[in-house]
Amino acid sequence: MDIYTFLIQLLNGVQYGLLLFLVASGLTLIFGIMGIINLAHGSFYMVGAYMAFTLSSLTGNLFVAIVVGIVLSVLLGIVLEWALISHLYQRDHLEQVLLTYGLILVFEELRSLIVGNDVHGVAVPAILSGSIPLTETLSYPVYRLFMSAVCLALAGLLYLLIHRTRVGMMIRAGASNREMVSALGLNINLVYRLVFALGVALAAFAGMIAAPVSSVYPGMGTQVLIICFVVVVIGGIGSIWGALFAALLIGLADTFGKVLIPEAAGVTVYLLMAAILLWRPEGLFKRVGG
Amino acid sequence: MTGLPAGGAAGKWKAIALVATLLLLGLFPFVGSGFYVELVAKIMILSIFALSLDLLVGYTGLVSFGHAAFFGIGAYALALMTPKYEAANLWLTLPAAMLAAALAAFAVGLFVVRVKGVYFIMVTLAFAQMFYFVFHDTKFGRGSDGISMNFKPVATIGSFTPFDLAKGSHVYYCVLVLLVAVFVFLHVVLRSSFGRALQGIRSNEHRMRSLGFPVYWYKLASFTLAGTIAGLAGYLSALQFGFVNPELLSWHQSGNVLLMLILGGVGSLYGAVVGAFAFVALTEIFQALTNHWQLLLGAAIILLVIFLPGGLASVAGRFRRTLVGEADDA
Amino acid sequence: MPEPNPPPEQTRSIGTILTTRDLTRRFGGLAAVNRVAIGIEFGKLHAVVGPNGAGKTTLINLLSGDLAASSGSVIYKGDDITRQAADRRSRIGIGRSYQKTNIFPAFTAFENCRLAAQSRTPRVLHLLADASSFQPVADAAQHALDAAGIGPRAARIASTLSHGEQRQLEIAMVLATRPEVLLLDEPLAGMGAEEAALMVELLHTLKPRHAILLVEHDMDAVFAVADVITVMVNGQVLESGPPAQIRASAAVRDAYLGADALGEPG
Repeated sequence: MDIYTFLIQLLNGVQYGLLLFLVASGLTLIFGIMGIINLAHGSFYMVGAYMAFTLSSLTGNLFVAIVVGIVLSVLLGIVLEWALISHLYQRDHLEQVLLTYGLILVFEELRSLIVGNDVHGVAVPAILSGSIPLTETLSYPVYRLFMSAVCLALAGLLYLLIHRTRVGMMIRAGASNREMVSALGLNINLVYRLVFALGVALAAFAGMIAAPVSSVYPGMGTQVLIICFVVVVIGGIGSIWGALFAALLIGLADTFGKVLIPEAAGVTVYLLMAAILLWRPEGLFKRVGG
Repeated sequence: MTGLPAGGAAGKWKAIALVATLLLLGLFPFVGSGFYVELVAKIMILSIFALSLDLLVGYTGLVSFGHAAFFGIGAYALALMTPKYEAANLWLTLPAAMLAAALAAFAVGLFVVRVKGVYFIMVTLAFAQMFYFVFHDTKFGRGSDGISMNFKPVATIGSFTPFDLAKGSHVYYCVLVLLVAVFVFLHVVLRSSFGRALQGIRSNEHRMRSLGFPVYWYKLASFTLAGTIAGLAGYLSALQFGFVNPELLSWHQSGNVLLMLILGGVGSLYGAVVGAFAFVALTEIFQALTNHWQLLLGAAIILLVIFLPGGLASVAGRFRRTLVGEADDA
Repeated sequence: MPEPNPPPEQTRSIGTILTTRDLTRRFGGLAAVNRVAIGIEFGKLHAVVGPNGAGKTTLINLLSGDLAASSGSVIYKGDDITRQAADRRSRIGIGRSYQKTNIFPAFTAFENCRLAAQSRTPRVLHLLADASSFQPVADAAQHALDAAGIGPRAARIASTLSHGEQRQLEIAMVLATRPEVLLLDEPLAGMGAEEAALMVELLHTLKPRHAILLVEHDMDAVFAVADVITVMVNGQVLESGPPAQIRASAAVRDAYLGADALGEPG
């Protein structure tokens, strides 16, 4: 592998990792604050991608589609939390897993009904459709750099949220109980609703910006969900640094794995997880408070 | 705590219900058509699958979202051991398939059992997905089209063939016998010191450690045993259909078997069987209603969790109590 | 009151069997337990007292293995057990009861103790025989329940027991594991006067055959049973010695107890 191919794979790996981080951070927020394991999280990613497809087809502009999509996903999150998720607090893991599994089925079929099962492409917006030349023959797409930049910016905002606000304090303490929340003087129901909406929006947004690169297909929700689980297991819940580190690690492992050992393509990530579990079952980063 | 009657009035009803069910199942092939005999056999196979998961979830407290992997491994073991132009032998392939599932469960268990709580759900899902990829994407697994078996296994020992697995009714009774065997086996295990320890772990793992139990090994044993029995169910499934494909290991399958447990009521052996029946009944009804039956299934699951988390067993319990006028069981 | 099960003959000890050296546990920048040296002698009861946040429960956690030490060591019968996990420590003879009742709520009181007693059976995997058929285990369980004073309540579901009875069950479970060392974390918490008196009596009968570490707030009980008292403040040992010494200590009075609590007249 020459230096330029390596550089391209490196950039791809980082970009994929940052995208994973975005989705995983939504998952970890919802679990960290609300104590809910949400299997349907991948579905929100898928919903985001399909929204990007339909809305950009309608409006002809991906940016507009994304803005509208964010609003819609926040609304979706609020409605879901109010109607369904609020029943899951204090329930055991099995029930949470099953309800959100049911949600996946519902989302998949609704998508099938509304948009169908075809694979779609989404056009990269004109401004971002250029490439940065690396050699005479190789160049790197601007859009991918844009994706990485956006994910990094969001990561920064999340960092501020986690480390500079009271809500963030709760995540760091790994708090998932209501007394803690009200002790901090916050309205529980409102907080939970907003946090869930934020989680949904993060996943959907990731799906939206990823759509031009990874295309829009039915199985994308499941795929990203499972990888996100691996990120969370490796990085630890409640640790944003952990999630970032783990996401980048996996992004790079998966990208280079596919290039170096194409036969074992899908399996690299799981082998990595197995190896880390062997060494550190609690994940690479300890939660604050043990 | 366990699936079989403890005694007293409630115990008597349960015993009667069990015997009645056994009689019904035993006599069914004489009244049912070939299609329904096959359907009930399929349900009984799923019951074995659900029972195996109940050991893990309902009695050890380990919620696995990857149990389908061991079901699939049992199934693929038969498919891979069946030669192209002749039949495999039941008495060789069945234990071999169970052994394969046991080894896989043990290997996965070594990693996942040390992981706590929510993470356990995630890693079991991840490992199952890994096995899915092995069968879906590699030459070893023959890919997404699956494997067809041209001949059902034969039950020949020496020159004597006690039954013919090409006949639906023979498969039915084979499965029934195995279902009863698994049910009784689990009942016995759960009553034993080992089984009590598992239930202690589900109730209060921290205290079990504090009392000196090496919890890791108990969990690993439970995980391995559950995986082995799931492999048995998978083997029977492959036997019945003569065909395997990677979807047997999909997480839909893992989700469905969890659904069976919550339908029937977690933590009771007969609940697992009831759940399997209820699940197939539900899916058959939904599939008859619409192509998009998964939508109905998803909605049903959501409603079930919100309004009836104790499953059908809790409905039966409440019904019985109002009928008999008993105070709530402690 | 019936005698609780004695530890097996061959492991009965004399002298100081559990000690710590410079035992420390940090949470972030805070040392909850700071370089504590403590020794528990067989046949004696060593009480640890102090204000809330003094580190008493953390100390018990470090001794039982529920928490890992940041530095320092725990020595049991001459062996360094600092790195050993809680289940291993229980198996070698260190039993622990919890301040916050830590039972199996859905099982009967009997089953709670039976499980505890089962942990001592040498054969690990009895896969077939009904667990209730093992008479020695069942006897040990009933014995422990009787010793703790809730023998007649054995068939009740644990969650339906009164708070005081649950505290008694908490003790019964530890006794059923026949330990040599008893680490008791506020066993009297939430008990009425009568139950507390029973518990003190129980502690007296347990003393000759165990090494007991008792964390308690009830100072009457402490002075009634303790042979040695250690006062902890802010994670460190303030003073340690016989009850008379502690009672007379000005330092202890200032840091923790008022004159009334020390039982002085007036």
